[in-house]
Amino acid sequence: MTTNLSRRGFLKSAAAVTAVLYVGATPDGAAAASSSEAMLNPFVKIDSNGQIIAIIKHFEKGQGPATGLSTLIAEELGVTMDQIGYEFAPSNPEVYNNLFFGPFQGTGGSTAMANSWMQYRTAGANAREMLIKAAAKAWEVDASGLDIQGGLIIGNGKSSPLGDFVAAAAQIAPSETPRLREASEWKIIGNESTRRLDSPIKVNGQAKFGMDVHLPNQMVVMIKRTPQRGGLVAGFDDSAAKDVKGYIMAMPLPTNHGVAVYADNTWAAMQARNAIDVEWDMSAAETRSSVEIRDEVMAALEAAPVYNVNQADRTGIAGAVDSAASLVEKTFYFPLLAHAPMEPMNCTIEQTAEGDIVLHDGAQMPTGPHMAYQQIFQLPPEKIHIKTMLAGGSFGRRATPDADYQVEAALAFVDTDRTRPVKLVWDREDDIRGGYYRPATGHKVRVGLDTDGNITAWEHQVAGQSIMKGTAFEAFSVKDGVDHSTVEGLADSPYAIPNMAVGLTDTEKATSVLWWRSVGHTHTAYVMEVMMDMAAKAAGRDPVAFRLAYLTGSKDADRKAAVLKLAAEKGNWGAPAAGNVQGIAVHKSFGSFVAEVVEVSGTPVDGIQIEKVTAAVDCGIAVNPDVIRAQTEGAIGYGIGHAMRDQITLDGGAVEQSNFPDYEPLRISDIKAIETHIMPSAEAPTGIGEPGTPPSAPALANAIAQLDVQVAELPMSENGVSFA
Amino acid sequence: MAISLKLNGETHSVDAEPGTPLLWVIRDELKLTGTKFGCGVASCGACTVHMDGEPVRSCQTFIEDVEGAEITTIEKMEEDKVGAAVQQAWRELDVVQCGYCQSGQIMSAVGLLRENATPSAEEVDEYMYGNACRCATYQRIRAGVLRASEILEA
Repeated sequence: MTTNLSRRGFLKSAAAVTAVLYVGATPDGAAAASSSEAMLNPFVKIDSNGQIIAIIKHFEKGQGPATGLSTLIAEELGVTMDQIGYEFAPSNPEVYNNLFFGPFQGTGGSTAMANSWMQYRTAGANAREMLIKAAAKAWEVDASGLDIQGGLIIGNGKSSPLGDFVAAAAQIAPSETPRLREASEWKIIGNESTRRLDSPIKVNGQAKFGMDVHLPNQMVVMIKRTPQRGGLVAGFDDSAAKDVKGYIMAMPLPTNHGVAVYADNTWAAMQARNAIDVEWDMSAAETRSSVEIRDEVMAALEAAPVYNVNQADRTGIAGAVDSAASLVEKTFYFPLLAHAPMEPMNCTIEQTAEGDIVLHDGAQMPTGPHMAYQQIFQLPPEKIHIKTMLAGGSFGRRATPDADYQVEAALAFVDTDRTRPVKLVWDREDDIRGGYYRPATGHKVRVGLDTDGNITAWEHQVAGQSIMKGTAFEAFSVKDGVDHSTVEGLADSPYAIPNMAVGLTDTEKATSVLWWRSVGHTHTAYVMEVMMDMAAKAAGRDPVAFRLAYLTGSKDADRKAAVLKLAAEKGNWGAPAAGNVQGIAVHKSFGSFVAEVVEVSGTPVDGIQIEKVTAAVDCGIAVNPDVIRAQTEGAIGYGIGHAMRDQITLDGGAVEQSNFPDYEPLRISDIKAIETHIMPSAEAPTGIGEPGTPPSAPALANAIAQLDVQVAELPMSENGVSFA
Repeated sequence: MAISLKLNGETHSVDAEPGTPLLWVIRDELKLTGTKFGCGVASCGACTVHMDGEPVRSCQTFIEDVEGAEITTIEKMEEDKVGAAVQQAWRELDVVQCGYCQSGQIMSAVGLLRENATPSAEEVDEYMYGNACRCATYQRIRAGVLRASEILEA
């Protein structure tokens, strides 16, 4: 359907219309991109059969934007979900940028729905008004008497399918302020029965992920990497690889960070890579072990912090803690973690007859590789195209500031004769050992209580590796030296904690570190919520009642309190089944509020079994309630699975784990049931891909603490807890 | 060497060296990409196909061992009574998230239901243990198998 020519036509018209909608330039009219399909605006396309296509600017890694953004278009336009399809947007940050990221197209931080909410509704409403105006003109009636319902333009006794007026509508200038449908009119937003648009192709093998790209005559490239990060290729011998059928050649990457191995197919590439001997120059390689990394973090926690995160009176607060009637204190440590999405990293790159570069990729941040490719191929942006494929998970991994695997593919392609496309494939060992981990992080907390058990002061020290410093995203997150992504969820928590001091010290980056589903909240929520439970216990109070005392005085505090109460109610807080114990935690992240009750059976010695997790979620208006439930279930599983038994460890700089047998995923029997309750809300939608993760591990830890094992270092399986 | 491979009811002559995993013949040679590569060590189940009706991990099933066997992949499940019921249940419950592991999940679920038409939740967990899902869609997988059992019993 889409040739390169029509794609460029589409880009041009899309850019023109965006200028109308968002910049306010004079419209030339939203011209049809071709005779067979019309762009009504950058987000809505209708073909001659009346098939409506929502153009999705966020990639789909399972979190639901293909369905969610289509829902917004369908609702405003007035069509049903079985009348709408979707396509992923091309790479064009002028049109398809994430409105929270500036001039940058990308998905992350649970922002897909939040930043698109008004944009896609406006686009759908504009398409509706343009179609109605076209029909009103043809029918010679007043547009105010017309509407679109169920995919038909109706009113004044007439009815017509949308396709009849698409061409005329495309000539009408869109409004800057189309009428958005009232919540009372909504039929799809909030509808429990909406199914995912991508379910059918994901249950019959037809869904196409990056790994499924097969271009004619493509080569498969795998990279022989250094066993320790930072090592360089000094030489290699591929004589044994020449016996592998399908082996083509090998050459060092231009950066010397590995040897690219080219073959006719994946299996040949795997075998040839095994057969190649590489001599490494390890003089600049990482040599430290996990024990040394942990020692550095722990030592930093004992020293004065480099950064006073919330400009607190540190001396005064330390004095208040010292002189408190009672003291609760704990030191925590969180290991490196890999993301390990089901689909290992891959992408395919080709050069067209016109000399354009096309990247086929489950692209989380298309603008990253788009910019990198301009440098690598010395091409202007319009000569580079990114075709976004479905992505087999990410959890943050596909969004590297250095576009790592896309750059790797380009480096493996740029020095070939470019007649054969290059498909770069990582295997699971590359994925587990290839870097980009949740940072190793420590916390030390001292909480003072008065004689009535009230918090009088809270001294909190964090030490860990900054994700953002030294990357292209530094300006996004680092203020006055503080990388907010290391300390988010502490001083900015909705808890009204008196006399809180948060300090931060950056430690050396052991290896490349990266955001991992919920970023800093993966550890800050754990520490806050375990400390809250420990303080409640010291005060002799119920953990829910104790928290509620600090959830006052702000709208955020009220919303956080409400989900805490809802989770407690629905999870039968205080009344577990015979022989079970419960833990609870609540946290705000990415604008959303989630509380979870974890109920477990067994003992840390004989084996803990997670019987049930009950979650309460406030993420504003629930656009697709069932997707929200699914994301909450998945986020809980992700958080709990890693807390139970996963860590990445280094020995002499080399990663010790390699594949799922030693980086064991959560399995089906690990959690017997999850139940999610959604708080009704009229607030604008906020994130849901990540917010279910932060409270999950501390709620589990708080349950296990009832059995007299207080886990302050993860994973739990290495720190005194066995699982059934 | 040339090997005769019976796949989804058709016989293919494929040129593959002994030791080549069935997975890569299906994906790279026959271009049927519904069967996925996840770990390569039979630890995640994303590559599950049926060999004479029984689920096997195609990443650890070698081409020389499948000659004469009937191999079936996810692409053929719509025509299978149990497969169609599992797919229907998966759509009804929106089991999928990223979807990358789900071909393998469905192939395993079909294997279970052929063996045990009315499994308990515990039996589902036991049988499906080796199929990993990093999105953690497990509770919908469990519910999906039980729902497919209902569909088949009706």
